[in-house]
Amino acid sequence: MAEAPKPPEPVATTAPKAAAHPPKAAAPIGPPDQPPPADKPLPAFIASLQAALPGAVSQISFWVGDWTIIIPAARILDVAQHLRNAPDASFDFCSDVTATDWPPRAERFDIIYCLYSTRYRHRVRVKAKAGELEPVASVTGIWPAADWLEREVYDMFGVNFVGHPDRRRILMPEDWQGFPQRKDYPLEGPGELLMENPLDWLKLRQARDEADIE
Amino acid sequence: MFDTNELVLNMGPQHPSTHGVLRVVLRLDGEKVVDSDVVIGYLHRGIEKLSENRNWTQIILLTDRMDYVAAAINNVGYCETVEKLMSLEVPRRARYVRTILCELQRIASHCLWVGTHAMDIGAMTVFLYAFRERELILDLFEEFCGARLTYNSMRIGGLPLDIPPGWDKKVLEFCKIMDSKIDEYEELLTHNRIWLERTRGIGVISGPHAVALGLSGPPLRGSGVPRDVRKDEPYAAYDEMQFDVPIGLAGDTYDRYLVRMEEFRQSLRIIRQGTEGIPEGPIVGKVPRLIKPPAGETYHAIESPKGELGYFIVSDGKSTNPYRFRVRPPSFCNLQGLRTLIKGHLIADVVALIGSLDVVLGEVDR
Repeated sequence: MAEAPKPPEPVATTAPKAAAHPPKAAAPIGPPDQPPPADKPLPAFIASLQAALPGAVSQISFWVGDWTIIIPAARILDVAQHLRNAPDASFDFCSDVTATDWPPRAERFDIIYCLYSTRYRHRVRVKAKAGELEPVASVTGIWPAADWLEREVYDMFGVNFVGHPDRRRILMPEDWQGFPQRKDYPLEGPGELLMENPLDWLKLRQARDEADIE
Repeated sequence: MFDTNELVLNMGPQHPSTHGVLRVVLRLDGEKVVDSDVVIGYLHRGIEKLSENRNWTQIILLTDRMDYVAAAINNVGYCETVEKLMSLEVPRRARYVRTILCELQRIASHCLWVGTHAMDIGAMTVFLYAFRERELILDLFEEFCGARLTYNSMRIGGLPLDIPPGWDKKVLEFCKIMDSKIDEYEELLTHNRIWLERTRGIGVISGPHAVALGLSGPPLRGSGVPRDVRKDEPYAAYDEMQFDVPIGLAGDTYDRYLVRMEEFRQSLRIIRQGTEGIPEGPIVGKVPRLIKPPAGETYHAIESPKGELGYFIVSDGKSTNPYRFRVRPPSFCNLQGLRTLIKGHLIADVVALIGSLDVVLGEVDR
């Protein structure tokens, strides 16, 4: 309502150095996403989703009792619309929106939507893979509950949600630099320097990294 | 002399009725709320980031600090998520004790809620009464695990300690006392004319609208949606318990109050069944020395006093800490509905509506 300062656009923070000096232990590039066992039948709503939107589902995973639909981020609106409105799915309750960060991967973020149907009492997770600056359509028009949840994902990861009615930081102060939940964000926080002068902070950090290598 | 401009009023973060550090910026037309902006984050401690750098057992203690009036339920939710990830079997005795602790905790949380909610609206006595009974539960917890607020009372795979001898008798004694006390609260409030005037028809929300807004727990059930994780996706020993899920009809503050009052009684019913039927046996399952779940991810939800408390955990299978630790805090999602609820109501109703959502800011901000 009051004129808030314009929220910072997500910017690439991974230092270009990272490619030249890969970390010692190979960083994981994502959860294994186990395929469902052969004798496990697909739930009807996944089959009908595949029939209604051919090509939207890139992978299906089943692990410790949870079904996950993996999709490219570009198709999230179609898939969400279908899962919300199809009579055999009717996922009307969006219980969670969150993300995971896998820095070495080109599509760095997994954006995870945990859905629940109050009618059929079943659950599914939708996982959209998105690059660092790739625009991801907001699902607030389909599930108003996603409003604050997407704001939090933006605040913590810098996922570039587009079409969100009120994309501001939610937990961190509005003038905060950087996205704390990313894996390359230091645990102890950036200190005062990042808040005041992010460029100096980046230089200092790079100098420290180089000193470590030698 | 006077014009009718809208007035912007800042409420909080230091305000006795916001139950912590919640800030609400209200745009007012006279005494009516035209629009509002709910500002949170004053208690943000980065528990998710911290947890990603602690090992699996150390996190249990961090979960205490989220919903600090129902710490045991947070512990149970986290431990069950890890158990699901590791496909661990929890012994039946441990599941029973978990159920009893969860329900005691629900009563303690609802006691705090009924006291503060009534005090916000102006009834001081209920606060003193409810805290008197909450004290009895805290004593029971103190005897079980030594702490009164942040319990750290669960371990992955079971319980840290067996229940002390004679504890179950004390729990049953407490149930007996509590039965009459709930009637006492209801005598003070349910037919109280001031209470009815202040809560009836305030913050009405329809069932489908509440689902769309992501409300869960009593605010959702108050709108007539019979959704309770304990019934729909049973965990611990809830599948062996008999209980009913109360729902409201009107979806207003009064119905949310009635739903919680009935939940008191249903919780007592579960505690009685649990305590009387507590099986003998081990309290910890077969847990490996080093907890290292296989690579994978899972989401597991339980019913906290505030609503659906979910944990989403990703393990990379290599390190001794989770790769991603995410909490779906029920208070956060319920608080999201505040803007819709208070639109068009008077300033005095804002505190009633914050109270009726029963938010704990430690959980909202994490």
